[in-house]
Amino acid sequence: MKQNQSREELVKGIWRDNPVFAQVLGMCPMLAVTNSAINAVAMGMATFFVLVGSSFLVSTFRHLIPKQVRISCFIIIIATFVTIADYTLLAVVPALHKELGAFIPLIVANCLILGRQEAFASRHPTKLAVLDAVGMASGFLLALLSLGAVREILGDGALFGIRLFGENFEPWVIMILPPGGFLTLGVILLFFNWFKTKKDEFLEDVAAAQRSEG
Amino acid sequence: MDNLLWIFISALLVNNFVLAYFLGLCPFLGVSNSLETSARLGLATTFVMLVTAVCAWLLNTYVLVYAPYLRLICFIVVIASTVQFIEMLIKKLSPALFRAMGIFLPLITTNCAILGLAIFATNRGYGFWEGIVYALGAGIGFTLALVLLAGLREESELSDIPKLIQGTAMNLIIAGILSMAFMGFAGLFSHT
Amino acid sequence: MNAPGRQAPVSSLRLVMTLAIAGLLSGVAIIAIYESTLPTITANKARELREAVFKVLPGVEQMQALVYRDGELVAVEAPEKDEPVVYGGYDQSGEFAGYAIPAQGPGFQDTIALIYGYKPGEKMVVGMEVLESRETPGLGDKIYKDADFVGAFRALAVEPEIIAVKKGTRTQPNQIDAITGATISSKAVVRIINEAHAAWSEQLEEGQ
Repeated sequence: MKQNQSREELVKGIWRDNPVFAQVLGMCPMLAVTNSAINAVAMGMATFFVLVGSSFLVSTFRHLIPKQVRISCFIIIIATFVTIADYTLLAVVPALHKELGAFIPLIVANCLILGRQEAFASRHPTKLAVLDAVGMASGFLLALLSLGAVREILGDGALFGIRLFGENFEPWVIMILPPGGFLTLGVILLFFNWFKTKKDEFLEDVAAAQRSEG
Repeated sequence: MDNLLWIFISALLVNNFVLAYFLGLCPFLGVSNSLETSARLGLATTFVMLVTAVCAWLLNTYVLVYAPYLRLICFIVVIASTVQFIEMLIKKLSPALFRAMGIFLPLITTNCAILGLAIFATNRGYGFWEGIVYALGAGIGFTLALVLLAGLREESELSDIPKLIQGTAMNLIIAGILSMAFMGFAGLFSHT
Repeated sequence: MNAPGRQAPVSSLRLVMTLAIAGLLSGVAIIAIYESTLPTITANKARELREAVFKVLPGVEQMQALVYRDGELVAVEAPEKDEPVVYGGYDQSGEFAGYAIPAQGPGFQDTIALIYGYKPGEKMVVGMEVLESRETPGLGDKIYKDADFVGAFRALAVEPEIIAVKKGTRTQPNQIDAITGATISSKAVVRIINEAHAAWSEQLEEGQ
């Protein structure tokens, strides 16, 4: 049973409760930096680091933090991790940091991170909290990557900077511009909704079949 | 003067916070279902942005010169507490104004548009007046985007839309089309 | 479900202490990371600048930051904040070769920041490099991706001021072919250089 629960906490963030597709959280960085796959991955990794780090600290010290000041404490912890991520990226990959620009500090304002602290990490033991954070962050990274890949392929005819099509490909420039972000996410959400509806119908059918058999 | 005008127009239309920078999307998608609420939220945001610009300028000029690494934490803490203080002040002084925009104030503080404003203004090295003008442009631009989307959504409620696309998916697509329309403003200042 | 903290009332002293400790620890962590990355970051920035200067001034191997104070150009280690600065470039034998001048202004989307090489004797621009821009990918970004356009700045007269003309109609040394499909961005680059030249030319003459 215990094993099951751990796995459940890890897996749910990736698809069923995917922070972007199912919960529509953390949209600002989501759309702003996904004009290429590499930017999307960098942003996803930074968010991963911040989310897992803060979840670990928050759940470890959850009994020491008084309820009245918990939000302030969470924000201080998150902001510290973001600052660390910011300076590390600036030192290690300055070119990428320039592309992401002001959107790295804005990870602080990503409602996904504060939301996980309040809803999960501050109420669960460390191990579960970290698993939950890893799951959610992976789901976020996956969402960023799929959006970034779609936009880069259509808008630039490349993936991770590698050309995919011949010379005659006319890039669909609008996709790497802001409108493309809105449109791509809109279409992906549409697909996600459609998939969920289909799955629910399928489950109902199965349940109905079982009932009639029994 | 020319420069201030460019900053204002740029923040208002060309680089609209919502439609070009994707900032403040949560209220943009969450609240914008009625025109009146949108307008009030926009007003409150513009107000908080002005406060933020002043705070950011004070911090940049007097504190962060000595400790640039504390920028992020300082911005968050100072902006949040100032807004809270002003909220209490408004509640005391003008209950009518508080009813109009007070309930939004705590919500807005954690909005990425506010933090984004402080960070962008700092990165571009804006001074006091430039910061104020930038905040004004960004705030009005935010309101504009919000009101436009709310208007379109009110219209769309009367039409027959497939159930699958209703909700966030459709709002995003509407926002995409709006964003495309706003791209037409690019280059306003480059013609000489 | 155990709620965070205890239900019993907590003294305000404890609240303040918690926040203070959290703040203190976060401060220590941030200062540690800042101090440990600062050397790399400074070195990266200096290298970027040096590479840009060497690129816009061909044949240059040394540079010196110069600012205009009290009617003359003075060499400085680091310019003060917001102080306009140019970089003097010197070739292998230490001979003065030209200035690299950073400049910026509004482009199609957002501010374009660039640096250009300038030889005061010949009144010629000898190179241009875009440092920062958010021009439209595929169109406006040709101002740094289009080899013909960037190449045209290797020999371009700045007096009388540079004029962007329709592609293929260049006849004068101070004219440059605008990029098809990115006319506004090309004109923005030209205007930024013209404005910077107007601001600096006299000061650079005096500094000779």
